[in-house]
Amino acid sequence: MSLSPENRIFKNLDGSEGISLAASQKRGDWKTPKKLMEKGRPWIFEEIKASGLRGRGGAGFPTEKKWSFVKKTGLPSYLVVNADESEPGTAKDRDIMRYEPHKLIEGALLAGFAIEASVGYIYIRGEYYREACILEAALREAYEAGFLGKNAAQTGYTFDLYVHRGAGAYICGEETALIESLEGRKGFPRLKPPFPAQMGLYGCPTLVNNVETLAVVPTILRRGATWFSSLGRPNNTGTKIFCISGHVNFPCTVEEEMGIPLRTLIERHAKGVRGGWDNLLAVIPGGSSVPLIPKSICDTVRMDFDDLRDVQSGLGTGGVIVMDRSTDIIKAIARLSKFYMHESCGQCTPCREGTGWMWRMLERFSKGDGNASDINLLEEISHAIEGHTICGLGDAAAWPVQGLIRHFRPTIEKRFDEFKNHGKEKRSS
Amino acid sequence: MMTLLVNGRPIEVEEGSTVLDACHKASIEIPVFCYHPKLSIAGNCRMCLVEMEGCSKPIASCAYPASQGLVIHTNTAFVEEARKGTLEFLLINHPLDCPICDQGGECDLQDITYAYGALSGRFQENKRAVSDKELGPFIKTDMTRCILCTRCVRFADEIAGVPELGVIGRGELSEISIGVERAISSELSGNLIDVCPVGALTSKPYAFKSRSWELKKTESIDCLDAVGSNIRIDTLGPEVMRILPRLNDDINEAWISDKTRFFYDGLRYQRLDQPYIRHKGRLVPASWTEAFKKIEKELSLCAPSERGAIVGNLADVESIFALKELMLALKSPHLDCCEDGSRPFTDLRSLYLFNTGIPGIEEADACLLIGTNPRLEATLLNVRLRKRYLQGNFDVGMVGHKADLTYPYTFISETPAGLEALLEGKTPWASIFKKAKKPMVILGSGALKRTDGMALQAYALKIAQKYGAFRDDWIGYNILHTAASRVGALDVGFIPQKEGWTAQKMYQEAEKGNLKFLYLLGADENHEKRVNSTNCFVVYQGHHGDFAAQRADVILPGSAFTEKNATYVNTEGRVQCVSQALFPPGEAKEDWAIIKALSEHLRLKLRYDSLIDLREHLFEQYPFLRDQNRRNIEAQKVIPAIEAFLKGLSPQQLSSEAFVPFISNYYMTDSITRASPMMARATETFTLKRKEK
Repeated sequence: MSLSPENRIFKNLDGSEGISLAASQKRGDWKTPKKLMEKGRPWIFEEIKASGLRGRGGAGFPTEKKWSFVKKTGLPSYLVVNADESEPGTAKDRDIMRYEPHKLIEGALLAGFAIEASVGYIYIRGEYYREACILEAALREAYEAGFLGKNAAQTGYTFDLYVHRGAGAYICGEETALIESLEGRKGFPRLKPPFPAQMGLYGCPTLVNNVETLAVVPTILRRGATWFSSLGRPNNTGTKIFCISGHVNFPCTVEEEMGIPLRTLIERHAKGVRGGWDNLLAVIPGGSSVPLIPKSICDTVRMDFDDLRDVQSGLGTGGVIVMDRSTDIIKAIARLSKFYMHESCGQCTPCREGTGWMWRMLERFSKGDGNASDINLLEEISHAIEGHTICGLGDAAAWPVQGLIRHFRPTIEKRFDEFKNHGKEKRSS
Repeated sequence: MMTLLVNGRPIEVEEGSTVLDACHKASIEIPVFCYHPKLSIAGNCRMCLVEMEGCSKPIASCAYPASQGLVIHTNTAFVEEARKGTLEFLLINHPLDCPICDQGGECDLQDITYAYGALSGRFQENKRAVSDKELGPFIKTDMTRCILCTRCVRFADEIAGVPELGVIGRGELSEISIGVERAISSELSGNLIDVCPVGALTSKPYAFKSRSWELKKTESIDCLDAVGSNIRIDTLGPEVMRILPRLNDDINEAWISDKTRFFYDGLRYQRLDQPYIRHKGRLVPASWTEAFKKIEKELSLCAPSERGAIVGNLADVESIFALKELMLALKSPHLDCCEDGSRPFTDLRSLYLFNTGIPGIEEADACLLIGTNPRLEATLLNVRLRKRYLQGNFDVGMVGHKADLTYPYTFISETPAGLEALLEGKTPWASIFKKAKKPMVILGSGALKRTDGMALQAYALKIAQKYGAFRDDWIGYNILHTAASRVGALDVGFIPQKEGWTAQKMYQEAEKGNLKFLYLLGADENHEKRVNSTNCFVVYQGHHGDFAAQRADVILPGSAFTEKNATYVNTEGRVQCVSQALFPPGEAKEDWAIIKALSEHLRLKLRYDSLIDLREHLFEQYPFLRDQNRRNIEAQKVIPAIEAFLKGLSPQQLSSEAFVPFISNYYMTDSITRASPMMARATETFTLKRKEK
């Protein structure tokens, strides 16, 4: 299984071609926005539904379903593009915005049109300064070409799109925290219900979609749902951008078909694991928030939502973090725990207090300072955080730890033994 | 209405309720920290988690909207685990200093840990410490104990209207902060102590004084303003240890002002604990008999028309009634209860009451303030105005002195000229006021005491009439009193009788030598106009040695409102009783009893021998005082009478003088607060420093 060049949606993902409007149009962008919009909203919904597109931000929620929740209530509705990509190991949205900005803008127009929003905001991560500049320039081009603004793409429909730079908080990628931040407040996730589709930005119905989700929409509508759903497996259709990093020979961001075996993905695009496949220790397959999988699972697992769920991990954002045998896996997960502790907003108790506790324990574990019952305690703590918080950050902090304990408990225990024996040797000598 | 199943029991709740409301209705206790019934919902403590069928995660019951057919479980192992987990997280960074924590014994975290927590902690890492914050003279902080429920932040934002508190930092490093360290600029700051579920914010004056379970608790009423906030006085032996609010949704909800909460150390200083007689220019201690004999002798030297009596701001209805009967027995027509010089219309009870009522504010949709700053004059009433403002569609107009009221208002004018303009519809705000369905007019004490006070009342009445404040179910005309005694005194008719003089006139006549005997029942406010002439014999009955006591020829030691059982009527006309929490010091007695004893000495025997007897006589003459905690104001009966009164009103001239603030120092408004060291500290921190700016 391999994605042929004509089936690739992001033809300039490697940045080998231009990013201007003209260059993008050569690649097929902005070909027929008017024609697509004139086919009507029900048609757009139908196509997206038939394509089986699932959200690319990490949770994999069916996109058409999310769109359909945005109901007209008499209030204006808003489209918000979640470009606050901060997941460690993930740089797919960055490359889309850097090399294919017009795909995103066209997708935003079509999605905005579908949910009858006349204003859209692209909330971009603060650190993505260059990408924000590129987006601004692309927006200017789109406005000048008449694709945005009043009478967008000569359809009589008004759609304005703005770029808003965040301040670099991971939590602002959570959709309700993003909305809070966009409104000018501290990025604290909101209580749900009500969901943003009912009460989002400024209390109005709001659709929040990931960059990649929106960027594939124009191509789906142009080439048809059948084409998109013919790729991948049922319920896991289409293509996906994977970001392969870590101990591989050629770290890269690449578009592939959903359901590609992990081993094939790494060997074809990243030129293999450093020191060969047998040198592999574990892989975090979907950005730092999902549990890691050891080599035994990596041998056979396919990269899609359902297959990874079946091995108690997840596709997440598609950020594949490869770790070879030289990795101190406890220290690696401790580092991730520190990240979640640092990025916890501090609003609700389990995450605020629990992430720090987990990190401190893992720091101890990485030295070997602990005993077997501590491992159970750590697991209990992670379960006490998971599902008890306002937003998903608690879950995201708990899962890597659970993955570590699930697959590497002997490693931790061995470290404890070494620590104890090391002391003894010293004393006896 | 909708029905949901809570632990298998069908519970019916109203639209807009939460799952927590439904659980409460089912009499199920749900542990909470961040939830407070009077504040907005934060949902951040995660203590109130319950299980909902069809949902794999537990839900926060305080925030989850109830809907038809939900199935909720609160007593499953799943819920228990979730609660235990949350509690463990709260405790890992919470210091184990309950034995030295002032919150101990009334701490939510302590109680909930006993009920739902694990036996021992499992946290072996280092604990977090947070630096303490400086929040002014009333609030002691110990921020390491903070569990970040953000109740204090929400209270400051929503109720107090001073958005000065906030959470800074994030994750573990989050802490409550006031930014630049300074006292929180609210006269409601003491309530932060109550809303804090743990010992992070505690009372500075009460620090390390006693334990909550040692205190004797007396339910009473606050008398430092005319709102009549419900309070609980906690005493240990002969001392008040602290004062807390009592829930009364009709008056103060769950809050009290800082003055009410912290004045109590004033009860210990400057007390009059025995009678005094002025001898050769000096006050010398005397016995009750000697004092009464002296009074009897002086009374015999003057004619009935040369005797007068003035009632002060803290007097209770019973003693006012007794004094009135005594003075009438002495055939004196000179009675007055308005020592500040105000002249409220007394033809009808509704002419001097806050007719709309405090809960009524929430129905109003526009409000005109005349010469009043409710934030200082009636703090808890201002809280209600702010609450109404936050609900939206509420316009406030102001004729008076500009001030920060914690909600926006349209300033009309600083002089009464604005009232003329409003009456003629010549000011832009008139059109807004015209649109209101339930408009309110509030006339403050500062307006009443002006020389054109009568004219201001007439104008306010006419404006109320013109803008539709009198209708079958609505009286929008309100007088906002500041003296706790005022409405009660007006109710029992302690006003100049036929050919009687007002308080101001009495002072003038005393200087001229026409008034030879003056009885002051706690009247201590008019110090700049006090009697200087030695030809007038002044009896002062009161509890604090302040301005009036310095001038008095005989001092009769009475009791403060914490030391007696007595009745007060608040500005709305609501009758409430204070209860005795302490005994008056030394030889001081309850006020009505002093007057009764004096009357016996003068052989003008009053008809009652006990407080119950006295009240029976009082209620016989004034039956509306019998109804405790209720206001019997029937708009349909009152409005025709008001309109008839208005027809008979002669036109009066407004002065062109600008309004001035009625209260210059919020923390010292009467003889008790002037004696209080805590109020002095507050004056220094808030009033003086702010004036310097």
